[in-house]
Parts: sequence; C-alpha cells; structure tokens
Amino acid sequence: MSDAVHPDDEEGPVTSDQLRLIGTPFRRVDGRAKVTGQTRFADDLSFPRMVHMKLVRSTVPHANIVSIDTSKASAMAGVVGLLTGESMPDPFGILPVSQDEHALCIDKVRFVGDPVVAVAALTEDQAHEAALAVEVEYQPLETIATVEEAIATPEPRIHDYGDEGNLHKKLSMEFGDVDAGFEEADQIFEDVMYFEGNTHLPMEQHATVALTEETDRITVYSSTQTPHYLHRSLAKVLGLPAARIRVIACPNGGGFGGKSDPFNHEICAAKMALTLGRPVKICLTREEVFYCHRGRHPVLMKIRTGVKKDGTLTAQHLQTALDGGAYGSYGVASTYYTGALQTVTYDLPKYRFESIRAFTNKPPCGPKRGHGTPQPRFAFEVHLDKIAHQLAIDPAQLRLQQLVAADSVTSNWLKVGSMGLGKCIEAVVEGSGWNQRHGKMPEGRGLGLACGSYLSGAGLPIYWNHMPQSGVQLQLDRSGGVALFCGETEIGQGSDSVIAAITAEILGIDLKDIRLCVADTDLTPVDLGSYSSRVTLMAGNAAIEAAERARTLVARGAAKKLDVPARELVFAEGRVFHGENPEHGLSFQEAVIEAESRFGTLGTTGSYTPPRSPGRYRGAGVGPSPAYSYSAAVVEAEVDPATGIYRIEHVWMAHDVGKCINPALVMGQIEGSVYMGLGEAMMEEQVFRRLPKKRSGALVHKHPSMLEYKSPTFAEMPPVTSYIIEDPDPNGPFGAKEVGQGPLLPMMPAVANAIFDAVGVRVDQVPIAPHMIRQAIEAREKGKPGRFGPKSFPEIEFGVPLKVPTPAEGGDGKATNVDDAGVRSGTGTMTERKDAVKGEN
Amino acid sequence: MSQQSTTRTLRVNGEPQQVAFAVHHSLLEVLREELGLTGTKHGCELGECGTCTVLIDGKPVLSCLELAAECEGRSIETVEGMMQGNQLHPLQSCFADLGAAQCGYCTPGILLAAQALLAENDSPTRDQIVEALSGNLCRCTGYHKILEAIEWAAARLRGDDQYQPPNSAIYGDPVPGKQAKDV
Repeated sequence: MSDAVHPDDEEGPVTSDQLRLIGTPFRRVDGRAKVTGQTRFADDLSFPRMVHMKLVRSTVPHANIVSIDTSKASAMAGVVGLLTGESMPDPFGILPVSQDEHALCIDKVRFVGDPVVAVAALTEDQAHEAALAVEVEYQPLETIATVEEAIATPEPRIHDYGDEGNLHKKLSMEFGDVDAGFEEADQIFEDVMYFEGNTHLPMEQHATVALTEETDRITVYSSTQTPHYLHRSLAKVLGLPAARIRVIACPNGGGFGGKSDPFNHEICAAKMALTLGRPVKICLTREEVFYCHRGRHPVLMKIRTGVKKDGTLTAQHLQTALDGGAYGSYGVASTYYTGALQTVTYDLPKYRFESIRAFTNKPPCGPKRGHGTPQPRFAFEVHLDKIAHQLAIDPAQLRLQQLVAADSVTSNWLKVGSMGLGKCIEAVVEGSGWNQRHGKMPEGRGLGLACGSYLSGAGLPIYWNHMPQSGVQLQLDRSGGVALFCGETEIGQGSDSVIAAITAEILGIDLKDIRLCVADTDLTPVDLGSYSSRVTLMAGNAAIEAAERARTLVARGAAKKLDVPARELVFAEGRVFHGENPEHGLSFQEAVIEAESRFGTLGTTGSYTPPRSPGRYRGAGVGPSPAYSYSAAVVEAEVDPATGIYRIEHVWMAHDVGKCINPALVMGQIEGSVYMGLGEAMMEEQVFRRLPKKRSGALVHKHPSMLEYKSPTFAEMPPVTSYIIEDPDPNGPFGAKEVGQGPLLPMMPAVANAIFDAVGVRVDQVPIAPHMIRQAIEAREKGKPGRFGPKSFPEIEFGVPLKVPTPAEGGDGKATNVDDAGVRSGTGTMTERKDAVKGEN
Repeated sequence: MSQQSTTRTLRVNGEPQQVAFAVHHSLLEVLREELGLTGTKHGCELGECGTCTVLIDGKPVLSCLELAAECEGRSIETVEGMMQGNQLHPLQSCFADLGAAQCGYCTPGILLAAQALLAENDSPTRDQIVEALSGNLCRCTGYHKILEAIEWAAARLRGDDQYQPPNSAIYGDPVPGKQAKDV
C-alpha cells in the first residue's frame, strides 16, 4: 500500500443509480447460438469410439426380481457392455432423507419403467435390439395405484422406510391457536379439491454422455438443471472422490424441474464408461421421459377457513394428500411446500397444516414449476372466490383488504420483504375492466381472478451445510476481456444473460466482452442449480460481489495513473473516468493493464448465502426465501353451457418481479408461465390405468406420448396482457426477484373462477374438462349443488401437531411441544443436522 | 433389424454430400449422426412435436418420419443453412432479439417452418402464422414472442425497415393508472 497515490484509494467506486444495461431489453447472450443451431445440447455431443446405451425397464408395476438373463443379449452383434444393479449397490436420491433409488434395480421394481439392466453397443440400433433380448423374470407384488390404496395397504411396503406403511411422509403443524381462530369466525368455509398430476414435457429428451480421462477420472455431460447435486450422487454411487468427477451441465432444452434430480441413466452412463474405458451416450426416448417424470404431484386437498362477516380470515386448516409415485425424489420438500406458502399473500393469523405423501407404483413425482405450491394455491384461490361470492364481497376487494404487509413475518415464520401484490391486483382489475364486467356479463362469458406468490430461491440448500449457495469468479487480463465462471445452469430461462449483464453493468463494459464458463464442476464455483427460481437472486448477488471487487481492483490501478481517488472513478461505456471530469480517463482495457501491472494476475470471487430465516421449528427449512414474488391474473372465459366446451379468450397477468434485469426475458417468463398454467388448467394430466386382469393387471401410463399427453399449441394460446410490476426488494440484485415460476400459480384457479362467473358452476379440480362443466350444470338442473369435484378427504390420524406460537402471540419461532408432537417433521437427516450445528459452535 | 447400408448423395443447404447410412435410418438420424448437422433437434421421433422440421424442396417436413434414402435428388435445408454469410437471417435475428428462443430446442424447426410460410406469403396474418406453426410445440415461450418475431421478420423481408414489434412485447403493457400517477 506504500505506493498509494491517495490515502483513501482502497475504497472502490459505488454503483450508480443510473443503470445503463440493467432494465433495458438486450439480446440474450446465447441468442445467436440458439437461432443458428450452434448451441450444443447433450445429445449433440459425439466423441471418437463412443458407444450407445439403452436401459431395460420394468414391464410390471411392482415385483420382486427373480432372475435376469443377459446371455442372449450379450451374444448379439455390437454389444460391448452390460450392467445390472449389483454393480452399483449404493443408493442415491436428491434429498439426504430419501436415498431410495438405485442406478439399476437390485431386488425389486416399483413402477413400469424402473430400470433393471443397462446395455451398451456400437450403435443405438444394436443397443436397442440387445435390450429387447434381455430376459427378466418377475414375481408380482400387490400394486398400489392411489393415495387411498396406499393408506389402506400398509403391507407390502413399496419401500422399507418412511413414516408408516406406504406413507412416505406424514406431518402436522399448527401455528397459533387455530381453534380459537375458528371461534372468532362468523362462518367457516370448507372445500375439498383435487389437482391432477402433470409432467414437464421439456422438448429435449434427457441425454447424457460420459467419458473417462484416466482409469479413475470421469467427465459427465448431461441435460441436468443441477450439476452439483448430480456430482454428489455420482461420487456416492461410483465410489470415486468428487474431485475426480467432472459434471458439465449442457444447456437444457427445457427443464421446468424435470431435470433437477440425479437420474439413474446418468449414473449408468458414467459406470458404463468407467467399465468400458470409452465414451458412452444415452438419450432417452420420449416414452422414457414420461417414466422419468418427477412432475407435479397429484394432490387431494381439504381446506377449511374461518371468516368474519367482513371477509377477514381468522384461521385456516389445510390438509393435503400427495400421490408421490414410486420414489422419494424431492417429495419430502414437496409435501411441506403444499402448505408453506399459504401464508405469504393474505393475513392468516392462525394456521394448521397436515399432510401425507404416499408411495404408489407409478413414476416418481417431484418438482415442477411452482414445486408443490400450485396445488394448494389452486384450492385457496377458488375457496376465496366462493367465500367472496357467499359474503357478497368483490373477490378483488376481499384480497386487497387483507394483504400481508411488506417487511413482516407470517404466522408460520416466513419473512416477507417487498410485497407488490396489491399493485398486481389493481393492475389486472383495471386492465380487464373487472369492476364493469365481473358478474355482469351474459351467460357463458365470465371473468375469474386469482393470485399467487413464489420463492426467489429456497432459503436452505438441499443438504445441510454452511457454504455459499452460489459463487462467481471473474478473471480479467490485459485483453480487456472478462471471463466469468459460475456454476449456474442455463435451462432456457436466461440465467447466463442475467449474470453477464450484472457483471457488464458494474464494470461498465459491453456484454460481448464477457466470456462465460458455466455449469462445469471442474472449473466453476458451486451453484446449487436451476431450481426454486434461485439463480437471478443468488448467482446475481454473487456476480455483484465479484464484479464490485474487480471494479475496485481496476479502479485502484487506474487511480494511480489518473491521479484521482479510486472511489471517484466511473465505469461506463468501456471506459474508466473521473466522475467530475469524464474526459479524464482510460479505456477499460488500459485501466486493467494498469491494475495488472500493479497487482499481478487479476481475479476476484463473489458468493451468496441467503439470510437466516426466523423460523426455528423442525420443518421451518421449507418456505423461507430471500424474497417473494407476487402475481395476479384475470382470465376471461367463454363457455358453451350446452356442451361444457370452453375457450380462454384473454389473460391479464401482473407480476411483481422486484426489478427487471432484462424486460424482454421477464416477458418471456411471464408468457411462458401463463401458457404452462393454461395447459395445467385445461388439459395436461399424467394419469394411469390398470390393464384388465387377463392382460397382467398392470398399472400403466395412460399416454406416454406427446400426441396423447395434450399440451397447448399455437392455436390454443389466447392473447395475454402482461403488466410488469417493479417493487424492488433489498435482498435482490438491483432489487430483482423471480419471474420463472410465480406467474404460473394464479392461472389454474383464475380459469376455474372464470368458468364459475360464466356459467355459475364450480369445477373443484384441474384439469377442467368440458364434461366436468356439463355434469356440474346437469347436477344444478336437478336441484343439486352445481359442482364437479372430489367428495371427501380420507380419514387420517395425524396425531398431535407440532405447535408453534405465531409472532403475534409472542412466539420465538420455536415449537413448544417438540417431544410430544405426534408426527416427525424435518427435512434433513439427523446426522447432517448435528454436523451442521457442530459447525456453528 | 436390417443393418444394410446404402450410399446416397444428398443435397443439404445447397451442397452435395455423399453419405453412407443404414438404409432404414431417417433423415433426422442421417443429418445429425452422419453429417454432424446437430442443429436439427428431436423431441419425440414419432412425428408428434415438430421439433425436427427441415425443409425439403422448400416445404416443411418432419425429418424423423422421412427416410433419408428417399431424399436423393431433393433439396434439403436445415437451420445451419439459414444464415446469409456471417449475417443472421432476419427470422433468426428477430427471434434472438425478442427472446422467441428461450431454451432454443424447438427453435430450428420453428424457424424453418416460418421460413417456408414467408416464402409463400410475405404478409401472413396472425391466424395464418398460427395455422402454419400449429404442428410445432414450444414449452418455454407461450408462443407470443415467436408470433411477434415472425411478423417483425416478415416486415423486414418485405423491406419495411420502419416496422417495430409492439413495445408491449418487450416492456409489458402500460400498467393502468401508473402513468397518470407518475405524471
């Protein structure tokens, strides 16, 4: 420091309020590659001597494996490798508490599609034929198709772990004195609702290419949203040190949550490559993508709410039952998420939440856009519409009069920061002509309103640790270019562009002068992955820290040359200059040369760890987020009462994104969410049927093809009026919050509410098919309630809930009855938890 | 399954390519695996999603359903052939600028289907574009950005450089009441 020109030149410049790039629509950094075919997706990769792998999948839903005969297959032309489950005995799974998957099934198969054998051959055709020649003998076990069957059939168990019988998870929690809350109410409303399962349907089929570099060193390219978690699973199952495994997440051809688990095909490809010493590729067929699934859980819900005459909510009791499919996946977290975010939109002073997740013999469910929250959000928003109608209060007003306050803590101890839901509601009400048209249009035409909220990143990592959840490393040199290293994964949402833009903004350089290296576990700092809408906020904040440190270094170099205090320098337009005299400056490149001359090789890092949540009870790990986004939608529907056939004529969507990093990308996420929500509301369903007894009685996928799994085409997409609401959050980079998932949430309930406004009947489940509307109309004509939907919620003994006093009751975030609560709660293993606590002390 | 091989000369993006392949392989497989033209993607290989669309003699065709052996003597165009020198085709440029490509996986097929439409009709209506593209699925965009990008590109191809996509496509619609308050 002896050579400092000014004593205070250690301080760097501050970021100006005058943003040049943030908030403007710029072409995404991968835009050109994506329109020219240059983007290399996993299946686009090819290496010399590469062989192709196929998986032999179970043809029965639940069975013991009696024998596997690979003799015919191994003798077939081109076959070079075969693997069975014994070669990979260690289980894996995304959550530490649900390590229940094997790369290949060892003793037992649990759904049609569960992989049993991996075959590698010189060509894909040869691998396919050899896979058909593998003979597996099964001893069938009783099949469980639904939550009700799982409750009624504790034995045989699909897994030998879980809270009881075939219930993977069972939980019960109470925030505040809920009974007292119901007593304060003038009326108690109760509904039973159902949300059918559906799947992500990314256009890209999952693909993986694995190749060895040394006998014990391997590189795995994959279409994964979570290279870091795949890295951990590979280390565990392959028994290799993590430092010898390199995972590179290729750009994903769509994810939506469907590529967030470590998958058996990824581990098998790696094992096969290590066995054969040559590159191995697998690309799933579309049918196999349906078996991978990890999609939206089917959820049956009972929602009971105490309400005062003026519409004030006094208490809510929510019960959810999730059909989890055959494995744990993210299911424990999904279970909590079907309750956790009920409290962040409207004041809910007392709240009881009970839930089960059942194992069934179907492809495993997991996280899909909105992860566990769209189902209870659907129930809540339709329920509120009914309450408003009953109490003759306008549905928009009912919501506006009890919004959660900004900078408050909810009854279940979630810290809400910025809160733009009021502005969102006002925008769609005004834009849609709600006040003039809702409840006032001719029969067959209706408007429905609904809202939602989502995380900007989960507050806790999937495994307990105290390390950053995102990291960015910058390297600057005399070329004037900046290399940006970050573990984040581009799945189409534009995350590469977000971190590049943030860095370019702070360093005042052109986006084209930033070279990105992302999602490579050998080269890039860890980022936990593209899930829970976490990347803009977390990687964005890490990028800010790294870029500000780089700016300080460069400023100190330039300060000496310019004889100006570093903190008075401005970085803009590719120059570094004195704020008071812009003529006095250097090009960015010249400034970097000054800094490199003075300090040597230049590099900085930045990292991000979310703030600690105030909740201290077991289970408080699911729900906290650095910031919550808010959305409101009005949907206009045209319904033909004679047939039940309906069309969505228009959607008004307002989303509180905090601050746009790039409005064009924000618009893309809003419109994409509206689209996917409409698909879920109107047609998408992942459903199963039993074959007749004489044809094996197996439980099979009803339509594992894109033709039969209906999703909206260009022709079904209505006009969308989108309002971007910017209510900056202090925790977000430049105030930004998420936009990738939130705007999906209001769509399903808004459609249901619009149908009610059009024809006066309720369909309390999605997807809403015309025959459901028709049946509800017919019921009404017969003098019965004009409703279609589930009739009852199963009787479940939830035991004594974990009792957590609310902030208003003077609670401290902890439960008061940890020892006598009837069901276990928690999301991490106890060992991990203890280790984490030890680390703290 | 027959592993019989055949050798054909395919004309791809204006250039003749002599290529040997298994006789039962689709044009999709031959483009990607034998010619290394991986810009053509696949989403189902069953003719359901439109992702693998290429142009044959100017018409959009699902390359997963077309036998490569039957493509000799026909003109095949893929996304790799769209650029004009080092410049993006107006469709490509408008898609990139508007964010009509998010994950980019369905994009090559949609670009080619749109190119075929604009070759036949330089001023298609919104309904005509929807009709022409209704066989191509996209899971990311909600389709609007694609429609707006095609309309923008059509204008540019007609020589209308004044045309701009609606401001609302990029910034969202003006928030009701906000402007009044701001003023």
